Amino acid sequence: MTPTNASSPESAIRFINVCKSFGEWNKRHLVLDQVSFVVPKGQTTVIAGGSGQGKSVILKLILGLLRPDSGQILVGTKDVSALGYKALQELRMLFGVLFQGAALFDSLTVFENIALPLKERTKLSHEEVRNRVTATLEQLELTGHEEKFPAQLSGGMKKRVGLARALQLEPEIVLFDEPTTGLDPVMTREIYELFAATQQRLGYTAVIVSHDIPQVFTLADQIILLNKGELDVFTDESQIPHSSKPYIREFARLVMGQSVV
Amino acid sequence: MNQSNKSIFFPVRIAGGLGEQALYLLTDLGRMGLFLFFAVAGLLKHPFRFRELIKQLCFIGAGSVTVIFFTALSTGMVLGLQGYYSLSKFGAEGMLGSAVSLSLIMELGPVLTALMVAGRAGSAMCAEIGIMRISEQIDALECMSIDPFRYFISPKFLAMLLSVPLLTALFDVVGIAGGYVAGVNLMGVNGGAFFAGMQQSVTNHDIILGVVKSYVFALLLVWICTGRGYFVQKIRGAGFGAESVSKVTTQAVVISSISVLIFDYLLTAVML
Repeated sequence: MTPTNASSPESAIRFINVCKSFGEWNKRHLVLDQVSFVVPKGQTTVIAGGSGQGKSVILKLILGLLRPDSGQILVGTKDVSALGYKALQELRMLFGVLFQGAALFDSLTVFENIALPLKERTKLSHEEVRNRVTATLEQLELTGHEEKFPAQLSGGMKKRVGLARALQLEPEIVLFDEPTTGLDPVMTREIYELFAATQQRLGYTAVIVSHDIPQVFTLADQIILLNKGELDVFTDESQIPHSSKPYIREFARLVMGQSVV
Repeated sequence: MNQSNKSIFFPVRIAGGLGEQALYLLTDLGRMGLFLFFAVAGLLKHPFRFRELIKQLCFIGAGSVTVIFFTALSTGMVLGLQGYYSLSKFGAEGMLGSAVSLSLIMELGPVLTALMVAGRAGSAMCAEIGIMRISEQIDALECMSIDPFRYFISPKFLAMLLSVPLLTALFDVVGIAGGYVAGVNLMGVNGGAFFAGMQQSVTNHDIILGVVKSYVFALLLVWICTGRGYFVQKIRGAGFGAESVSKVTTQAVVISSISVLIFDYLLTAVML
């Protein structure tokens, strides 16, 4: 468990002693065990770890799609786990989310997918929506694809459209769930460059969940490694092989190809 | 020692398993109850999505006209032939119009329409929502603070409640026409007697029973089919991914069809 600076004004998200388990009452599987960490405002936090270690669960807890068994999850000053339906809906307005499979709506075109949050959550006129979506399409090099349906797009383009949709409401925090899964190395690099560029331009706080190690560390201001319900926090990937926790050193040796120190 | 332990714990395991199953059923029922509440509440939320309603009316209503037409025609003609065969034994062929119309309006029209719509539109709605759930499209809506009930579930409810009674009316009309063709044109029953029998025996109460049934069946269908799809990941034994959607879709059609038959008996018993 990592010490948490709960009073830091610069934290966008804080996990305080969060536990989460799944399964039937007589065969519970503990995914997060007394987990605490801080996501600094305006920076990029990468949460990495093997499959099934609870990385995506952390994102769903932040969004209030899952409730913790115990502990607090603070977004700003609000405890997500204690919020009612309406307050949670308001809080979610702070977030943009890029899902693992992009989660685009199959029955809507690229344009309609990107315009959806603007049409549903703002009072912009049709003309204003059109202008904003057209500008986003240009920025993300999607011009000419606006009338296509998600099934007609490549994996990389789906991610771009998903990112465009996630950024439409100018969120303060953007969550990326396995953003490069299924992409080739060239496309992966392009997507990372796109993340870096949009974050620089919009200044949002980014939380990236990924097992694309060590490539994803190039984006990170903070790295959180998750293993068997526990985690360790680093500010630089070079610190990982020097971790005090044996399983993290073993992880570094296996995944990053670095020798145990 | 081991053997005696096993014999002691066996009844405990059985009781535990039964209790677990009962808890699961109660949880599932509660979940479905809340789902119904939110779906109905979604109809009152602003702005209502009329375009989605029109789309669903086309899919559920207009799209089902062909299958309803042929089912009704076949059912009406068979009723006409069998009714003639039975009634002619008592020299009561003139009552054919009465027998065909009462059977269709009170019983076969609402039930067969509901079963046909469950197979055609209910299964499709369940699969569509299930796929949206497993591909995180519903999560995406919630993350954008868009109420999934208002956005796409409540319009399905309203479209089903508008379509099924109209399809039932169509079924009744086509079925009676089929009965007329079989009885009057093929078997030689007097046309005037056919319509006179129908006019004398069908009362407003009979028609109201048919209409009430069609509304109740529509609600059952859309509730069960959309609800099963929405909770596809929470249904025990459904598995994961595409397999879970296929299993839950089958389950939705089976449960909604059985519910229709059970409620058909209950409504008949209460209202007749």
